[in-house]
Amino acid sequence: MSKTIITVVGKDTVGIIAKVCTYLADNQVNVEDISQTIVQGYFNMMMIVDTSGSTKPYAGMVTELDELGDAIGVRIRCQREDIFTKMHRI
Amino acid sequence: MVTILEVNETNKMIEQEKLDVRTITLGISLLDCCDSDLDALNRNIYDKITRLAKDLVSTGREIELEYGIPIVNKRISVTPIALVGGRACRSPEDFVEIAKTLDRAARDTGVNFLGGYSAIVSKGMTPADEALIRSIPAALSSTERVCSSVNIGSTKTGINMDAVKLMGEIVRETAEATKENNSLGCAKLVVLCNAPDDNPFMAGAFHGVSEADAVINVGVSGPGVIKHALEGVRGKNFEILCETVKRTAFKVTRAGQLVAQEASERLGIPFGIVDLSLAPTPSVGDSVAGILEEMGLESVGAPGTTAALALLNDQVKKGGIMASSFVGGLSGAFIPVSEDQGMIDAVNRGALTLEKLEAMTCVCSVGLDMIAIPGDTPASTISGIIADEAAIGMINNKTTAVRLIPVIGKDVGETVEFGGLLGHAPVQQVNRFCCADFINRGGRIPAPIHSFKN
Repeated sequence: MSKTIITVVGKDTVGIIAKVCTYLADNQVNVEDISQTIVQGYFNMMMIVDTSGSTKPYAGMVTELDELGDAIGVRIRCQREDIFTKMHRI
Repeated sequence: MVTILEVNETNKMIEQEKLDVRTITLGISLLDCCDSDLDALNRNIYDKITRLAKDLVSTGREIELEYGIPIVNKRISVTPIALVGGRACRSPEDFVEIAKTLDRAARDTGVNFLGGYSAIVSKGMTPADEALIRSIPAALSSTERVCSSVNIGSTKTGINMDAVKLMGEIVRETAEATKENNSLGCAKLVVLCNAPDDNPFMAGAFHGVSEADAVINVGVSGPGVIKHALEGVRGKNFEILCETVKRTAFKVTRAGQLVAQEASERLGIPFGIVDLSLAPTPSVGDSVAGILEEMGLESVGAPGTTAALALLNDQVKKGGIMASSFVGGLSGAFIPVSEDQGMIDAVNRGALTLEKLEAMTCVCSVGLDMIAIPGDTPASTISGIIADEAAIGMINNKTTAVRLIPVIGKDVGETVEFGGLLGHAPVQQVNRFCCADFINRGGRIPAPIHSFKN
């Protein structure tokens, strides 16, 4: 099962990580790695997650994370890892 | 392990630089649908297309969502209909019935275009080929999504000048038949020389007889990405310029290869080719002209344009070829006028003429594409332009094509709007000197000396 990359970009506020992680936990998605930076007040996070235990359909998760992002004022993208490995690795 | 920088780079390419997979095209062979009864033939065609393509659009959307990369078009190409309908069709009207069936199948599967209402007449025409060609104006004016193409020459066979003459008339008739709609029919009709069997791009897409029963072909695109990469090397020498295009083309093509493999696996249909073409859209920042200007030209059409396009085309191929195991189609840079804001601007400011565009087609991936010309341009002049373009293809062993739109009722300086991806175009000046005696000779131009390779 391929990994999934979740990226969160937007203006920094309290509780962004908490809200994203709560959503993932509720849907049985396991977080394997988080890297995060704040550049000039902008929050920039990348998570590597494993969705193989999740019962939610993939498309549903993409849409719900997108909506969650709208609710907390950040952009959340959820993409399969292959698009990045294929583009940047030979 | 993927790094945050790589993720950000990819997403920036997609969001800001308009990287997309331009099309997933499902090629379907209709040879097994042949029947001497027209109704049975139509039924067979409809059934086979809708059966194989029923999940095409939804699968495309799924992939789009999961990888976060837009897949702009989902399309179908079929076996040239002149071959499929030969047994059942006695007249051009019979062929129009097939066009309507194809249109219905395209609508019901949700694809925006279906290509393959085609005839391959590079050496000669069968009665079926001729009937199909004569049916094109009626077929394109009575359908919405059907695209038509006619291959009138190749390096191996020479140029069928009878077909060239006929196509000049057909382009005009198609323009007349769709004059209420800015002669839009001509935007769905392309005349080719050396047409490839596996081209996923409309309007010239068809599923050649050398292909398997069904295949998935993918066309990638990313003019915006290449332009952006070049912004980073302004003023640097050509080695650095070329290296930058090559590296970027590699990344773009890898995205296409991934989508192609996924689509093929999910649909259970073998993967054919990735077409590495840079295809522009009318939206700002997605222009091939923009890349050429970024290289240092004040405007596309300025001296140096052909060289710039040649190096772009070559580097795109070099970068892309390693990114995919099977590369095919047209692979290179498209230079349509109406679909590229930079080209439209260049025509409007008087920098880009039809003659310069013709010169550029010697080194681009296809040919004279989406060019609006005055509505009163004679058929023989259109045939002359087709012959010129076919000759470039034949002599240089490359694919060339002509997609001209004589816009009925409009003249030089006016603008015509086609809408959507087809964009808008200023009507361009055409050389007014007559070539009718040349075109009326008929017959065939023999294959060039370098076709004798075996």
